[in-house]
Amino acid sequence: MAFLHATAHASAPAIDNAAKKRSLTPYFLLLPGMVWLIGFFVLPIATLASTSTMTRPDGAAVGTYVQSLRFQNYLDAFSANKDQFFRSFIYAGIATLLALAIAYPLAYMIAFKAGKMRSFLLVLVVAPFFTSFLLRTIAWTQILGDEGPVVSFLKALPFFSNDIRLTSTPFAVVSGLTYNFLPFMTLPLYASLERIDPRTLEAAGDLYANGLTTFRRVTVPLSMPGVVAGTLLTFIPAAGDYVNAYLLGNPNTRMIGNVIDSRFFAIVDYPTAAALSFTLMAAILILVTLYIRKSGTDELV
Amino acid sequence: MKTTTLAPAPMPTLSHRASRWFARNLIRIYAALAFIYLFIPVAYTFAFSFNDAGKSNLIWKGFTLDNWKNPCGAPEVCSALGNSLKIGLISTILATILGTMIAFALGRYRFKGRSVINLLIFLPMATPEVVLGASLLAMFLNFRINPGMTTIIIAHVMFCISFVVVTVKARIASLDPRLEQAAMDLYANERETFRYITLPLVMPGIAGAALLSFSLSFDDFIITNFNSGTVATFPKFVYVSAARGIPAQANVIGSSMFFIALFIVVAGQIIGRRRKAR
Repeated sequence: MAFLHATAHASAPAIDNAAKKRSLTPYFLLLPGMVWLIGFFVLPIATLASTSTMTRPDGAAVGTYVQSLRFQNYLDAFSANKDQFFRSFIYAGIATLLALAIAYPLAYMIAFKAGKMRSFLLVLVVAPFFTSFLLRTIAWTQILGDEGPVVSFLKALPFFSNDIRLTSTPFAVVSGLTYNFLPFMTLPLYASLERIDPRTLEAAGDLYANGLTTFRRVTVPLSMPGVVAGTLLTFIPAAGDYVNAYLLGNPNTRMIGNVIDSRFFAIVDYPTAAALSFTLMAAILILVTLYIRKSGTDELV
Repeated sequence: MKTTTLAPAPMPTLSHRASRWFARNLIRIYAALAFIYLFIPVAYTFAFSFNDAGKSNLIWKGFTLDNWKNPCGAPEVCSALGNSLKIGLISTILATILGTMIAFALGRYRFKGRSVINLLIFLPMATPEVVLGASLLAMFLNFRINPGMTTIIIAHVMFCISFVVVTVKARIASLDPRLEQAAMDLYANERETFRYITLPLVMPGIAGAALLSFSLSFDDFIITNFNSGTVATFPKFVYVSAARGIPAQANVIGSSMFFIALFIVVAGQIIGRRRKAR
């Protein structure tokens, strides 16, 4: 939702700088929030970095680690969990593309064809959010489950064998990811589509562009900020998610989030969990930076 | 569809007209299907809140209103819900205040280090939840702080602040600066202008940010799971009981939250529209 507003006004003309005052007030306004973010975001990330190079001394109790600047931890952690890493990025990538394919026409319809229903339909896009996302994911496990309606229906069709399963498959995990982050894709797309002046589309028509050409040469380029924001907002949480892989998948669909979670809690191996978290964060930040550069939209915040 | 449009049809037959209607409304049909997809699990959750299934709500056993009459019937559901509401409320208040202050600083003042502040706002949103959760827990463990209610609230405020800043800042940026200038021209001082002009105009943005914070906090599982120790929140309760089947009371609570939130949003829109009409 936040990005809806963010993208909606990203290119609005800023208030001219002369109107902005120069005083100590902004620093007082910033202070408490920044203290919070430094104390509970920057400092934890720094702790994570320091934990990632720790080792457990011989004979020490479980969960006791000392700093020994062992950067080898990163290589060990990565090579032991390469598959989960790549799987996370592939699943998240596919889910992002699917969400884009579902959300773009949806957002287009709300922006251009919905008329008075617009704000009502927007509420409908966000509404599923209000039921706990865990409950919705569990609902999917039951809908797609072996006894559920979908599998019974597919079994009745002649093309599928009788032992067809939908849950505990990569298919189920990717659909779960697609479903859960769909509103994150739809809202920024809507925000950038809604900003397009319908007259630009008419002008394209006047210049003898047919519907498809208008869409390809005018609508899509103008909606690029929304596409970038939406894909990022879907991809980032999807790549780090482990709930869908846990509820809808099997041991062979484990993603990197599952590994970090189990390293932390089941195995109490903090350095590996920290090294994996750090690698994930770095990989995502690099991808995000490249992507934003490439698409030429710097106006995300 | 293709065959009918390609076939030479000398007169508009029924199927021809049907296919033309179909082509014209293709995007609406597509959107309707997308909405059905979005709402299938919500409808399922709602339907199974009426299931007479006892403890494990997996298979439909028959209709009952008992779960709705006695939403706290399953052990721990309501204490988990209570924790979630408390955490959501406190985190929302703190995050909204801190975030709004930052938004005003960014939207209304010139100062040095703006890009650093922007980066610090953006990074938590670009960091996967599992990393935020793991890093906070690593720090708490390092300082020998036991995770519990306080650490959950600390974490929730942290990830809500950025969303508040972005939402409120957008609202401030969309204000017409002439309104404030007009107030100044009419001899309102800076404080009066802020109190009677700026703040009321920004209020819808602040309210939206608060609503967003509350729903983010209430629904958060991953970060909470890292930093909650033995405290159970509603999502954590659902996750833990997923293995042995979730009591239908959880569906009752999930469905009620859905209707309450929908009511608040729709009511907010209607009020907003009436104000505009005046």
